[in-house]
Amino acid sequence: MDIVCLGLSHKTAPVELREKFAVADGHLGEVAARVAGSPGMGEAVVVSTCNRVEYYAAGEDAASLVAALSAHLGDVSAFRAMRGEESVRHLFRVVSGVESMVLGETEILGQVKKAYQTAQQAGATSRHLNKLFQRAFNVAKEVRTQTSITRGAVSVGSAAVELAAKIFGKLDHCNVMILGAGETAEMTARALQLRGARAIFVSNRTYERAQALAGALGGKAIHFDEWEGEFEGLDILIGSTGAPHAVVTQARLGPLMARRADRPLFCIDLAVPRDFEPAVNDLDGVYLYDIDALQGIADASLQVRRQELVRCEELIERHVREFGEWLAAPRPVMPMNPRTEGVK
Amino acid sequence: MERWFLIVSTVFFFLGFAYSMFALGAGVARPSRWSFAIMLAGFVLQTGFLHLRGQAVGRCPVTNLFEVLIFLSWAVVLLYFAVGGAYRLSLLGTFTAPLVFMLQTVAQLLPAANAEPVYKKSAGMWPELHAAVSLVAYGAFALACVAGVMYLVQERLLKRHRLNSFYENLPPIAELAVALHRVILVGFVLLSLGLVAGFFAGHTAAATIFLAVAVWLPYAALLFLRTLHRVSPRRIAWLSVGAFVLALAALGALGFFHL
Repeated sequence: MDIVCLGLSHKTAPVELREKFAVADGHLGEVAARVAGSPGMGEAVVVSTCNRVEYYAAGEDAASLVAALSAHLGDVSAFRAMRGEESVRHLFRVVSGVESMVLGETEILGQVKKAYQTAQQAGATSRHLNKLFQRAFNVAKEVRTQTSITRGAVSVGSAAVELAAKIFGKLDHCNVMILGAGETAEMTARALQLRGARAIFVSNRTYERAQALAGALGGKAIHFDEWEGEFEGLDILIGSTGAPHAVVTQARLGPLMARRADRPLFCIDLAVPRDFEPAVNDLDGVYLYDIDALQGIADASLQVRRQELVRCEELIERHVREFGEWLAAPRPVMPMNPRTEGVK
Repeated sequence: MERWFLIVSTVFFFLGFAYSMFALGAGVARPSRWSFAIMLAGFVLQTGFLHLRGQAVGRCPVTNLFEVLIFLSWAVVLLYFAVGGAYRLSLLGTFTAPLVFMLQTVAQLLPAANAEPVYKKSAGMWPELHAAVSLVAYGAFALACVAGVMYLVQERLLKRHRLNSFYENLPPIAELAVALHRVILVGFVLLSLGLVAGFFAGHTAAATIFLAVAVWLPYAALLFLRTLHRVSPRRIAWLSVGAFVLALAALGALGFFHL
């Protein structure tokens, strides 16, 4: 019994090629069943995400499996063919986030789980791929719990969200205001919204732009000369204006902070030139992070994740060996999956 | 036997502190589980010591400064379990363990630690209630001091953008501020009850009343200013540390002058 994987990813193929071979979520099961029913094929799972298209197959010999997959896909020159241990290792790496564009991201695990379940429901899997994928999910869990590969924020937006959580705890009572209407500020506000931030206010010199962004975020537009009126209820203030000088100074913020009682204020300065005077950080209860500080946090987290790669690979390698031993162990001959037999 | 309970419990608190520091240094994400287990073991042994000591002296074991400090340590750990769980302040253990270790070590170095316990019939409900409730209040103030230090550490790390493993394991700063206020409030209410019990117990010497008010007043002022929003959480954190140092000095004075 052998296992193969034919795949292309963001590392090996441009988006034009990936989208050509992409399989819609609703068709994953059907395609897997059709592939599994091809001559020389026993079982199949199709994984298709925005960054990768991969066909996993199990059957009597690797050459027949690759030939069957090639016949199904047509031109496979862009695909990387992996056999036996190499394909097992690849799957374990994929589900662990080691092969992801953002190292250590966890979304891929859910996507692979869904692809496997769909194939299983379509009757395209049997003992070998069932065992392989279940082992893969265990590997992913171990990697996540025993290493720091998923730790920390690796983008400016997620770094801001992590900091907000470290200042306020839950964000569901937090009100956010954006000064300006920059793209990074919008992304950061969306990330805060996803974590539960309650209300978003947008204030911009051009009121129409404030209205447009507020509309996109489901928030409220404020005239630029009126933003201080909303200050008392704010928890997070994002600066993203194109002003050539600091918009928020210590002298301006000091009296406003005195009116807020004892609530902390998280200031995120995404503008260049900066919107916040650095001395603002010296005020009691004010925590100021500019774009460099946030990027530094993201870079440091990425560095930690890269350092964890060695530990991840050691862990994955152990599981690859164990799975190889299981695959090679003699066992009684079982009938082929009756449902895929039917497809033939 | 009781003394061994105390020695081993002190070792546990030292180990709890050492393990947490090691885990933080090594970047372990969740050092709290082991810290919690070690704190629990220390607490069980403390309770065993106080139980045996209570039987030996025939009343609440707060008959000398040595026992008072051990009872105070026990109250700190008791409140740590109550508050730590409620606010998920996992790292509170890291900061509580060294305080308890220090209190128990100092207590065991006192001459009173080597004196044989003397059995004496209880003087009645009010004196015992006064002593026990006041010391649990001190435990709350000690925990407030610990939470205050945690707040100041987290604030400094956030302000200076030093996001190390301490930062990762410390609770959110806004939650720390809330917890700090509540622990002070609990301590204040208990101390007030303790003072009322002291009045009924007949502790009316001028020096005793002066020391009691010297401890009570700073916490009353702190809570009053907090209610009026006239003082920032950072200052409350500093004040909670200062007020506890004052409270410890008052406790030392009570023991020294046998008041």
